[in-house]
Amino acid sequence: MDGKGTDIKEFLEFIYSFYKSMKEHHVQLVYEGEITHQITKAFTSLTETNMELGEESQSTQKKVFHVMVECLQNVGKHAEYIVDTEIHRDGRGIFLLCKNEHEYTITTGNMVNKSKFSEMTEVLEKINSLDKEGLKQLYKQQIKEGRLSNKGGAGLGFIDIAKKTGNPLIYNFLPINDEYLFFVLTSVISRYND
Amino acid sequence: MEVIKIVGTDDTPSVTLDVANEIFEVSGRSLPEDVAAFYEPILDWIERYSEEATGKTVFNFKLVYFNTASSKMLLDILLKLEEMYESGKEVLVRWHFPDDDEDMQEAGEEYADIVEVPFEQISYSMD
Repeated sequence: MDGKGTDIKEFLEFIYSFYKSMKEHHVQLVYEGEITHQITKAFTSLTETNMELGEESQSTQKKVFHVMVECLQNVGKHAEYIVDTEIHRDGRGIFLLCKNEHEYTITTGNMVNKSKFSEMTEVLEKINSLDKEGLKQLYKQQIKEGRLSNKGGAGLGFIDIAKKTGNPLIYNFLPINDEYLFFVLTSVISRYND
Repeated sequence: MEVIKIVGTDDTPSVTLDVANEIFEVSGRSLPEDVAAFYEPILDWIERYSEEATGKTVFNFKLVYFNTASSKMLLDILLKLEEMYESGKEVLVRWHFPDDDEDMQEAGEEYADIVEVPFEQISYSMD
């Protein structure tokens, strides 16, 4: 077999292992690329239709919709990379929606500059330390004091996700190189909570 | 004043601002691609209206969903209504929420806590 044949064989094997991994992790939807408004609309609409067909409770449907929008918009607005000291906002990242018997998990992953690490960690830790009432207070404080950034963010996304799901935000920063980290955020929405 | 009548889509709310018929309403879903561009003309209209308003202004919010970027713009609308109220005009905010939607009810409570303006919460059935 020549080199090309080996490549194709490897590729086909990759597809099968990819398929198996998706099944194993109950992945309903996966995407890597630029997250635009059109993508956000398409994914939320597709997920709504699937939840409706699966007779998911109204409350769970609303929570999943909410969290998907905030997560997708976070990546769309904040994902960036730097080339020759110039910041490029490319809004690229990975998005996964998983569903098992007990819960939905919504995960995003995108590159962030190392300079953001401490500020983001501080915000996420603060959110995770608060109970429902504390989150309400923080939300009110942020909506009053925060200004809409030029990217159209209100600094409310993470707080809103924690409030709506009632679960802590699961996150990690993985090293990519000297300048970048890969930020992974997973939100868990329990099913059958009414 | 000119009438603002925006027909809602799957990502933008319906908006009616009509002085002659006394209709002031934002309803539906709000997650516009560019929140500032969508809400600016509305805020600008309310700003101009607040100076010439004579009768009672009953402003209805009947939203089923809004994202966090929109929540900031909704607060800006409420702050304009608060200003009107503080300058002596008669204002009432009516916050409608589906009777099974705790989150939307809670959002109304949070806004009512933030702004100093007469605020009524009204539940309705989606059926």
